[in-house]
Amino acid sequence: MASRVVLKDTQREQRIFGARSLVALGFVVLLLGLLLARYYNLQINEFEVYSTASERNRVQLQPLPPKRGLIYDRNGVLLADNRPSYTLSLILERVEDLEATLAALGELVTIEDSDLEKFRTRARQRRPYDPVPLRFRLNDVEQAYIAVNRHRLPGVTVEAQLQRYYPHGELFAHALGYVGRINTQEMASIDQAAYRGTFHIGKIGLERRYENELHGEVGYQTVETNAHGRVLRVLERFDPSPGEDLILHLDYELQRVAHEQLAGRRGAVVAIDPLTGGVLAMVSTPAFDSNLFVNGISSRDYNALRDSRDVPLFNRTVQGQYPPGSTVKPMIAMAGLEAGLIDPEFTVPDPGWYRLPGDRRRYRDWILRIRGTGHAPEVDLKMALAESCDVYFYDLARRLTVDGIHNYLDLYGLGRRTGIDTTAERPGVLPSKDWKRGALGQPWYPGETLSVGIGQGYMLTTPLQLAVATSVLATRGEHREPRLVQWLGDDALEAPMVAPLIADGAHWDAVVEGMREVVHGRRGTAKAIARGMEYEMAGKTGTAQVIGIAQDAVYDEDEIDERHRNHGLFIAFAPLEAPTIAVAVIVENGGGSSAAYPIARAVVDAWLDREPS
Amino acid sequence: MSEYLRQMPENVGPLTRPPGVATKLHVDAPLLVLLLLLTAYGLLVLYSASGQSMDAVVRQGRYFVLAYVVMFAMAQFNTVRWSRWSPWGYLLGVAFLAAVAVAGVGAKGAQRWLELGGFRFQPSEIMKLAVPMTIAWYLGSRVLPPASRHIAVCLLLIAIPCGLIIRQPDLGTSLLIGASGLFGIFMAGISWRFIFGTGLVAIFSAWPAWMFMLEDYQKQRILTLLNPESDKLGAGWNIIQSKTAIGSGGWSGKGWTQGTQSQLDFLPESHTDFIIAVLAEEFGLQGVLLLLGLYILILLRAFWIGLNAQSSYGRILCGSITLTFFVYIFVNMGMVAGLLPVVGVPLPLVSAGGTSVVTLMAGFGLLMAVSTEKRVVGQ
Repeated sequence: MASRVVLKDTQREQRIFGARSLVALGFVVLLLGLLLARYYNLQINEFEVYSTASERNRVQLQPLPPKRGLIYDRNGVLLADNRPSYTLSLILERVEDLEATLAALGELVTIEDSDLEKFRTRARQRRPYDPVPLRFRLNDVEQAYIAVNRHRLPGVTVEAQLQRYYPHGELFAHALGYVGRINTQEMASIDQAAYRGTFHIGKIGLERRYENELHGEVGYQTVETNAHGRVLRVLERFDPSPGEDLILHLDYELQRVAHEQLAGRRGAVVAIDPLTGGVLAMVSTPAFDSNLFVNGISSRDYNALRDSRDVPLFNRTVQGQYPPGSTVKPMIAMAGLEAGLIDPEFTVPDPGWYRLPGDRRRYRDWILRIRGTGHAPEVDLKMALAESCDVYFYDLARRLTVDGIHNYLDLYGLGRRTGIDTTAERPGVLPSKDWKRGALGQPWYPGETLSVGIGQGYMLTTPLQLAVATSVLATRGEHREPRLVQWLGDDALEAPMVAPLIADGAHWDAVVEGMREVVHGRRGTAKAIARGMEYEMAGKTGTAQVIGIAQDAVYDEDEIDERHRNHGLFIAFAPLEAPTIAVAVIVENGGGSSAAYPIARAVVDAWLDREPS
Repeated sequence: MSEYLRQMPENVGPLTRPPGVATKLHVDAPLLVLLLLLTAYGLLVLYSASGQSMDAVVRQGRYFVLAYVVMFAMAQFNTVRWSRWSPWGYLLGVAFLAAVAVAGVGAKGAQRWLELGGFRFQPSEIMKLAVPMTIAWYLGSRVLPPASRHIAVCLLLIAIPCGLIIRQPDLGTSLLIGASGLFGIFMAGISWRFIFGTGLVAIFSAWPAWMFMLEDYQKQRILTLLNPESDKLGAGWNIIQSKTAIGSGGWSGKGWTQGTQSQLDFLPESHTDFIIAVLAEEFGLQGVLLLLGLYILILLRAFWIGLNAQSSYGRILCGSITLTFFVYIFVNMGMVAGLLPVVGVPLPLVSAGGTSVVTLMAGFGLLMAVSTEKRVVGQ
């Protein structure tokens, strides 16, 4: 190296370095300017955009679902409650080992394969910090197991949500209806904003009819969350308004008695306070436990209910359409009196059968097969009602004509929806010549009028319609739409009046007297329930044929399949002078009215026992 | 030649001015003050960025103390010694890198560490200083501007450690080290024709390389790197959040420890690589300007030291260290603001971490050694 001494030109090197430093500095300033421009642009020009983004990051709007209104009976007995239901969820982000956690949970609580399957589907759809539900409706023991083991189960949470609970199970199933999980179809029709955070909606019955009032208004809170979605604090809160409570006309005790009386049978009881139109009891059996539907009924349970021959899901009180049988006779009698075709003293000869002029066919009276003859040589109105004389009403029906019957019975609300405040009500049929031409495309035959006269043939009514018609008789012409709800929150609801039925007082007296004889008369068809009765009751029995009986064939109950036996019906109101309850009972295939009237007696007893009159 | 150089300081006469206390201690006072201000500012931001953890501040404070001690110690040796030691440091560093390749300790799929007696360290850190020092030594002892064959030797000297580091793999560090070497060549006065020529060749070879040499998935990775927002949930999420943090800071910021993006964990790596976003969110553009102001003053002082250096070695080393320091700033701030692809580069003296701080301060120690060299008469 020493041989090649390099002479460095220090001044030149310094000049070079100075020039390069200037270039480098220029470059540095340029790039710093670029950085500054970038930060200026982000922080000054786009400040609004990023402020908003940052707020959106931090602040989340959380819905606060309202508390669903409660439902009480007339005396404050709670019929539909809200109870906390505990849901077991996993926050995947905090779970250390998912499979191990699932296995550990499986030992603490029951987890079905279907739960796991649904969990895995949901887990794929949610963000890692959202809780993914694994099991709904934990019971107390399961909750305790989880609580004790929580320290070794990171990411496992148990959350409470208020959920509908029906403390009386099937007793009010048909009267109240039920709520269930909102389905996609409902999702499309509801105001989604109002249902944010709500998982249930009224599906049927009162729960559906009063959905808007029961639901309440959703509230909101703005919360600050961190990047993992954990809520750190509540910034603002707008409380939800709870739904309105409903106080019904229904009476728990009455409902219980009616339900007990119908136990093991298919049937329906509707009791109405004729003064208010309030429905005091509304029972359809068999029923089901409404709680099954709240969280989505299992297909096994649902199939069992759907496929049962007894159709427990069918609300017989408003959906069951039955021939009313002789229970229409008081109304037909009123029609005859009002039309001037009969008076209370008018009599009809009764050989046990009736024949239309010019027709050889004999229309039999029910008593013919028992006594081989009629009720009496001459039957008057009182006896016709008390003993349910068919011949008397065949004659009257013929003279009224089917349209006359139609027009008059229409005033009692038969053959059309009563307008009750629940869902799924059916109209029944009150036949007329026009109706038959429209519905069946056939002319009306005179013999068919006779059938209608005794509540058979095409005529179909619901138990609710019969109860309403009975309360019209009880009030002598006042007609109200039946109502289940008495108070909506603080507002008293009144049952709307339907055009009153104006009739001669003497005519009412005559018919009511006939109905009194049904129960209290020596030969009344329901005299069996009069024993020990401390009040007076007006009633009317009815038997509805399920299958047509051939001309002159003998009806033998024992030889007929149980399902083909006659329905037993009974309508009644009491106390006679100032009625406070009108009731309609039907027992499907009960054989005859004797299956129905003891039930009415028990219900009326229970009511009058409690109602100081 | 080395004899001649070693003689030079002794050959000069009296100093241009009497040495002050700072000069006697071999400390550059303006640079020290600026560094103290910067590290203090960094600790303030770190307290907030670490979720108001005093522990993190104390830990980082200890690193700073260590780093200042290293800086002070390095400033005590004159540039002649540093120049002499430079090639040995380089050889040692390359040996370590080779050892890493053979027997290194791995973490997260990369093999970057060497374990010596229970102490784990990263040899690439040595090269961050050894490469510019070696280039300065090699070119400083030759006539400048450098001849082509000298440039070729320098490129080889740069390529060896870079190649070893790329294999670890650590592309970011490799590029920074390569840049620090190239800056040395640039400062030594390499001809512009050479620079532009190389640049043109690089540009024209990029297209065929892209077309024929890269697999589709590699292209995809590069594209994602260049446009992170195309991957909103992965790498892009980080950038979206850091831009949101910066932008929502506005002019005056949300206030110290009041940044919602950082305090609520929306910002990734808020106390390390992304700490500038915390600063920008909480102190606003004002705070960014303050930081940039400090950086600019440090850079200006560093250039000034280089301009006044007494030897080519000192000049080239200063220029290289200063530009590398700037590249750290630019790459980090540009990456967090979404200007540049995301590469793991800390914000100098602000991001939490020990090694980078010690290496950077060691570099400033070298600058101070240069600035307090004995001065030549008549300069």
